[in-house]
Amino acid sequence: MASGTEHTATAADAAHGAADMAHEASAAGMPQLDFGTFPNQIFWLVVTLVVIFFVLSRVALPRIAGVLAERQSTITNDIAAAEELKQKAVEAEEAYNVALAEARAEAQKIAAEAKAEIQAELDAAQAQADDVISAKAAESEQAIAEIRAGAVESVKAVAKDTTKEILSAMGSKADAKSITAAINARMKG
Amino acid sequence: MATETAHGEETGGLVFHPLDQFIVKPLFGGDGPIHWYTITNVTLWLAIAVLAIIALFIFGTRGRAVVPSRTQSIAEVLYGFTYKMVEDVAGKDAVKFFPYIFTVFMFILFSNYLGLIPTSFAPTSHFAVTGVLAITVFLTVTIVGFVKNGLGFLSLFWVSSAPLVLRPVLAVIELISYFVRPVSHSIRLGGNIMAGHAVMKVFAGFAAIAAISPVAVLSITAVYGLEMLVAGVQAYVFTILTVVYLKDALHPAH
Repeated sequence: MASGTEHTATAADAAHGAADMAHEASAAGMPQLDFGTFPNQIFWLVVTLVVIFFVLSRVALPRIAGVLAERQSTITNDIAAAEELKQKAVEAEEAYNVALAEARAEAQKIAAEAKAEIQAELDAAQAQADDVISAKAAESEQAIAEIRAGAVESVKAVAKDTTKEILSAMGSKADAKSITAAINARMKG
Repeated sequence: MATETAHGEETGGLVFHPLDQFIVKPLFGGDGPIHWYTITNVTLWLAIAVLAIIALFIFGTRGRAVVPSRTQSIAEVLYGFTYKMVEDVAGKDAVKFFPYIFTVFMFILFSNYLGLIPTSFAPTSHFAVTGVLAITVFLTVTIVGFVKNGLGFLSLFWVSSAPLVLRPVLAVIELISYFVRPVSHSIRLGGNIMAGHAVMKVFAGFAAIAAISPVAVLSITAVYGLEMLVAGVQAYVFTILTVVYLKDALHPAH
């Protein structure tokens, strides 16, 4: 693209000053050694560097430093908060364990009390039942004894009557006194 | 490009103009003389570099987000990388030079990468530009060295760990190497960028021959990949050397 430039420039060369002569002479070789363009490049480079320096040092770098510092402090705070929460969790677990042990002891106490109460009630009921049973048994025994006594009397009366009948039937007369004595003697035997 | 092709056809053969891409020419007003204030293609690409830097570092970070966006992350990574480099290499007291070093680094980085856009112009391929950067670094470092350490800065050239007889000889060598620094500093950057761009242009010239054009195109691709690497590495090398020189100025003792 520059060869065209060179041709035109060579034609116009005569019209230009000494600086341009130097420019054209070196343009034939390395453009890097074309000293005629140096003031231009250096001027714009300095402008560029100054602009970049002010943009970076006044705005960008403080901003990035601020963001990095903020992030660092956020991370530090978060780690501290996490540490605190962890501590709280440990404490909560301890409290839970203590509460659990207490609850367990309480439950055991309540169970023991209930057991004792039930046992006492049971014992009382059993004793009462025993009393009732023994009273009933005594009553029954008495009734049985009465019935037995009644039965013996009846047997005696039946035996007397039967004996009197039998004796009369056989034609023999016996007084009541001797019959009773005989029956009593037999009943004992 | 069009004139170049025309020129090639004119002579009826293979003509290379690998250095034409570096020619500084006015943007407006044809081929008039280039004064110091003339707006040229250099001005244009320097301005584009400035706009790109503003786009990344001002608009990219305008959210000031604690959880950064993508562009803010890039800005932060560049900031953190450079800041750590300055702090690690030159020490805590060099941190006040960080904005200056960051400016130089970002300017070279953006110019190098913008220069890789086809038909663009790479200001860092010019010794006028890299020379000014290197001389500025040289002057800054020398002035800082004398202001901070007084005449003690001269101990940089007096290798106290060497045998006494050797010290004057080493002092001469150290002194020469000190003054050669801006030369090597600027030519390393300018030369690398210029050579890469010129090589690509030479391969592009070969692409005009049908028989070897596939090879030429593949070569351009390969060299372009290499230049992507070189653009970053050379910006980094220039910056880290600046930081190392600054360390010498702040802590001259060997």
